[in-house]
Amino acid sequence: MDSESASAYWRGSLRVVAILLSIWAFISLGCGVLFRDFLDANFPSIGNAPFGFWIAQQGSIIGFVCLLLAYRSMMGSLDKKHGYDEAVEQ
Amino acid sequence: MSQESWNFLFIGLTFALYIVIAFRSRAASTKEYYVAGSGVSPFANGMATAADWMSAATFISMAGGIAASGYDASRFLMGWTGGFVLLTTLIVPYLRKFNKFTVVDFLGDRFYSNTARLVGVVCAIFICMTYIMGQMRGVGIVFSRLFSIPIWGGVWIGAAIVFFYAGLGGMKGITYTQVAQYCVMVFAYVLPVIFISMLLTGNVVPQLGLIGSYTKDGMESAVPLLDKLNQLNVDLGFASYTDGSKSRIDMFCITAALMFGTAGLPHVIVRFFTVKSVKAVRTSACWTLLFIAMIYLTAPALGAFARTNFIQEVNEVTYAEAPSWFKNWEDKNLIAWVDKNGDGRIQYRAGAALSPSKPQFATERGAHGERLLVNEATESTNEVYYDKDILVMANPEMAGLPAWVIALVMAGCVAAALSTAAGLLLVLSTSISHDLIKKVLKPDLSEKQEVMSARLASFGTLLVAAYFGINPPSSFVAKTVAFAFGLAASSFFPTLLMGIFSKRMNRAGAVSGMIVGITFTLGYIIYFQFIRPALGHDTGFLFGISPEGIGFIGMLLNFVVAFSVSAVTPAPPQEIQDMVEEVRLPNGVGKATH
Repeated sequence: MDSESASAYWRGSLRVVAILLSIWAFISLGCGVLFRDFLDANFPSIGNAPFGFWIAQQGSIIGFVCLLLAYRSMMGSLDKKHGYDEAVEQ
Repeated sequence: MSQESWNFLFIGLTFALYIVIAFRSRAASTKEYYVAGSGVSPFANGMATAADWMSAATFISMAGGIAASGYDASRFLMGWTGGFVLLTTLIVPYLRKFNKFTVVDFLGDRFYSNTARLVGVVCAIFICMTYIMGQMRGVGIVFSRLFSIPIWGGVWIGAAIVFFYAGLGGMKGITYTQVAQYCVMVFAYVLPVIFISMLLTGNVVPQLGLIGSYTKDGMESAVPLLDKLNQLNVDLGFASYTDGSKSRIDMFCITAALMFGTAGLPHVIVRFFTVKSVKAVRTSACWTLLFIAMIYLTAPALGAFARTNFIQEVNEVTYAEAPSWFKNWEDKNLIAWVDKNGDGRIQYRAGAALSPSKPQFATERGAHGERLLVNEATESTNEVYYDKDILVMANPEMAGLPAWVIALVMAGCVAAALSTAAGLLLVLSTSISHDLIKKVLKPDLSEKQEVMSARLASFGTLLVAAYFGINPPSSFVAKTVAFAFGLAASSFFPTLLMGIFSKRMNRAGAVSGMIVGITFTLGYIIYFQFIRPALGHDTGFLFGISPEGIGFIGMLLNFVVAFSVSAVTPAPPQEIQDMVEEVRLPNGVGKATH
């Protein structure tokens, strides 16, 4: 492996991680804890649950699953782009 | 068929299943013993990790905790799922690429130091030991309730079974039994909640029931379930269910400590060493979180339903007319009622009913047939004590479900405790045989001897764990399980992170960071929990952060100390820096080796 593609790959993966973890922090510690009163007051309820409460008990968990699915596919295409894709996934 | 025979049938069948699986997939080499030969499919590993993750405490107590504290309990829901995002994006793909058997291997090699290895072994043993004691206790309690045997008998039965398949089968045996255990757990958890959801809200999907309407009294009088619950809570003097009562900063720090701690728990990280490649790690992490989410998304619904049910069926009802489960659990010492105002009706209110708060029963019965207590009644108008753990176990009875559903829930509780205990036992025995004996004390150990010493180590640690399960150092165990997360957050997580993401981080920085982080966190916990517990709620807390959340501050301290120390000491050798670069690329993972 030449070192140029290695460092390009590393920069790319840092970018993926940075994007996903900012979303992670925003939905869990942000919406679930810090801004929940604001969200309860100003956002429409989910069913009969206040918005912030629903995020803290349900929405954040659904969000985490989506983040991992996104991580898997973003890293997969990064692997392909820089030639680190291993054809056989067993 | 009686309840007893259903219980025997379900527990017996599941045990037989686990043992058959373990026997068929027992380990022959170190590779199979430590990492199941690295040939587990991402899907199976996802299920196994989910089973490993869901401990007896999660399975039995979490829904009860949510019922009791409403919004405040969100810290567990977010903390114990959100941590997997950190674990997957920051830690496991790189450690899998590094391609060794244990987490401590990485610390020792990356920081080119046996000191780092030893500090790692001590942290791993401390974290896993506190955790496994709680599991052994959990197994003992479930068995003692099921078969009316003493707790010590239950602990020994559990220990024998865990030793049989974890000690002998190694990682390979554990993995496939955990797959079976996850299936038992998910049915046992979700099925009763579906029935209860239909009963209370008319909705088949519990998650929709939670945000739906309470329709038990008929469609015309339907009210939003959460509004009803808030009303009930406020009427009885509790904080509103959806508001909670913890301070914002404390909520923030506890949630953060649980998430960062999750990403640093050795028994979860090693599970991902059992799959073939970095790509398979990513896929497996998706499955893991999906399987965990199935239970974690159900828990808030269960908590809300159980709380509504409990208040509706018990409060202001005469003891004579109280539902039969109330009396059943009273007979098992987990519910108590003292008729303070002498009206023969059960009043459930905020505040502790008894002093001391756990009931001590007298032998006689009172005027209404209730069991009399030795405890003094408190000033509070509350007349009811209940152990929050009963909500999951009594739930099927509360909803009037058939006996076999109750037996299924019991089998689920046992599966939850056994699967976690097995995973922890493996990390403990690996730490001793591989990280300590093979890597530090006796490097010329042959592979056969190493597997043998791992089995002996698991036997020894199990004896210690069983001893503490039978004689818990008072309420110490339950508390330390929660604190294990703070300790992992302040030691393993930051050090692993810096080892991967900073090439400049050196031995001196990592070791001093780990020591400062864990010492600060442990010191704070010991000071407020054991030396001056009387200080209690937020008096004297640093920034108002309770010991539960202090691991977050410990982690920040670890980072600051590590970076400062490493800035004034020499950079790591070139071959270490090359190794870090290599770990960052996903290709070419062989099977895990020494």
